[in-house]
Amino acid sequence: MKKINYCIKCKRRWPVVTAILIALNLTVSAGSIFSADISLEQRVADIEAYMNNGARVTSTAVPPVESKVPGAGPGHNAWMMTSTLLVLFMTLPGLALFYGGLVRSKNILSVMAQCMGITGLVTILWWLCGYSLTFASGSGVEGGSTFLGSFSKFAFLKGVDSLPNTDYSAWISHNVFSMFQLMFAIITPALILGAIAERMKFAAVMLFSGLWMFAVYFPMAHMVWGIDGFMNGVWNSKATIKALDFAGGTVVHMASGWSALVLCIILGKRSGFGKRPMAPHSLVMTMIGTGMLWVGWYGFNAGSALAADGIASTAFVNTTLAAAVAGFVWPMLEWIFIEKPTVLGFCSGIVAGLVVITPAAGFVSTSSAVFIGIAAGIVPLISVVKLKKWLGYDDALDTFGIHAVGGTLGALLTGLFADNKINPAITANLGELVGKTLWLEQVKAIGFTVGLSVIGSIVIAYAIKFAIGLRPSELVEEQGLDIHDHGEEGYADFQIIIR
Amino acid sequence: MKLITAIIQPAKFKDVKDALAKQGVTKMTVSNVSGCGQQAGYEETYRGQDIEINLLKKVMLKIGVNDKFVEPTIKAIIDGARTGNIGDGKIFITDLQECIRIRTGERGSEAIG
Repeated sequence: MKKINYCIKCKRRWPVVTAILIALNLTVSAGSIFSADISLEQRVADIEAYMNNGARVTSTAVPPVESKVPGAGPGHNAWMMTSTLLVLFMTLPGLALFYGGLVRSKNILSVMAQCMGITGLVTILWWLCGYSLTFASGSGVEGGSTFLGSFSKFAFLKGVDSLPNTDYSAWISHNVFSMFQLMFAIITPALILGAIAERMKFAAVMLFSGLWMFAVYFPMAHMVWGIDGFMNGVWNSKATIKALDFAGGTVVHMASGWSALVLCIILGKRSGFGKRPMAPHSLVMTMIGTGMLWVGWYGFNAGSALAADGIASTAFVNTTLAAAVAGFVWPMLEWIFIEKPTVLGFCSGIVAGLVVITPAAGFVSTSSAVFIGIAAGIVPLISVVKLKKWLGYDDALDTFGIHAVGGTLGALLTGLFADNKINPAITANLGELVGKTLWLEQVKAIGFTVGLSVIGSIVIAYAIKFAIGLRPSELVEEQGLDIHDHGEEGYADFQIIIR
Repeated sequence: MKLITAIIQPAKFKDVKDALAKQGVTKMTVSNVSGCGQQAGYEETYRGQDIEINLLKKVMLKIGVNDKFVEPTIKAIIDGARTGNIGDGKIFITDLQECIRIRTGERGSEAIG
């Protein structure tokens, strides 16, 4: 109470105090800045570098000079904070609603609890050492080709402050970068939930997700995006596999999709699968989730430019075209070959388009994006309608059919369509390969990703199966996970239609 | 006194209600029910997978009537609900032992009317 009174009393004096503080601050910082010899030329060049998202002039000047603007660039930083919350919005509530609508009403809360549980768990792991394992340099020296970053360098987000980390960007705050990447780390294990929905114990889901981050996600993200990553073809000249992945075709969609396939096979089918109807309980909810995913995906793809620059604009346009085209092609094919253009068809097509364009978003031309959209409306549709029936596994909400198949397709198409006229950043390390054998590097990356995801998931799934078991009893499954795992009902005051 | 229970297609409910009103039958209790008869069920398609739905959505009417209203009520329900296709529904008629109006305590035909 004392503190509050103090503030109220001093209210009128605040402007004066603030003015004095600002003046003091200016004097102090001005003192340190003017000590360096920064010329007007250099100051202008530094601002131009900001406009162009280029390297700081202060760091390249000889001898080094101190800038008057030592921190992040406001425009780039603002876009990255916006993108960060857009990607969070994809999981909460986008994916939760998309998946939630597709399950039966007795399991709606289990999906939502799992999404939120993963958000908390992954954030803690990220702070603990996940960010460090992913984005700290693994070799500790200039260059290298490593599978995993450093365990301790950025542990507890130590030293991750508002100054940019020039390994990744000269103009966005390091802590904003770490939060942006955290949102990717959250949505990836959450995507797996689609394959195992309605039949996995909450405890097993949490345990799997936590272990999977260490076995698959942190290594994958480091290899593809880490500065000295094993498969980072764009930035690491010493990368063993010179692959391209703009926003997560391999890291996010392939890793989650292939792991989902393995987990849903080890887990087994839902009780009564194929004998009783298991129709989605609310396609309205699924459609709302789809819209949120699409909106959020602009943060995912355009945000992956790590700046508010021309590459972000390219990714923005390509994301729009691929999603719209695939979202149209899929239901039209349903109409022609199956029966009717369904709402689930529109939703699935849109998500498939977004998945397939993800690795290519900032590397390809607009026409390539349209072609990618068409492919995204065809290939995942076939995998979901035909392949799934043929193989007979119970991928409840089609994580494999859309994310693994779509992600793999996208990784391959990125190799074929990547264009260094669209994105000059790929010229330096990949100039020799672009338009020639880049697709071969993509195939290697695909093989490596599938291998790591499948092996990692098999080991973790069996370990959990023997330790605490993966599934609840058949009776619990019939009653629904909501009441048993969470003690709540999603629609307590509504009549549930028996069907 | 009879209790008429009719199970009809949800889409024909409005027609049945209008036909009943024409015969002077305005009191009824209506519920949403699920069931299956000769229609057996229907199919829905999600991502190309056919799902057989065994129970169909139906509407059930319960109407308590005095004896002279039994035939007009039956006629009205048939007029309103019949399409000539399988799934039009059924009407059950049972004897009604007693009827009491809660507000006044009236019993029998008085209470029904």
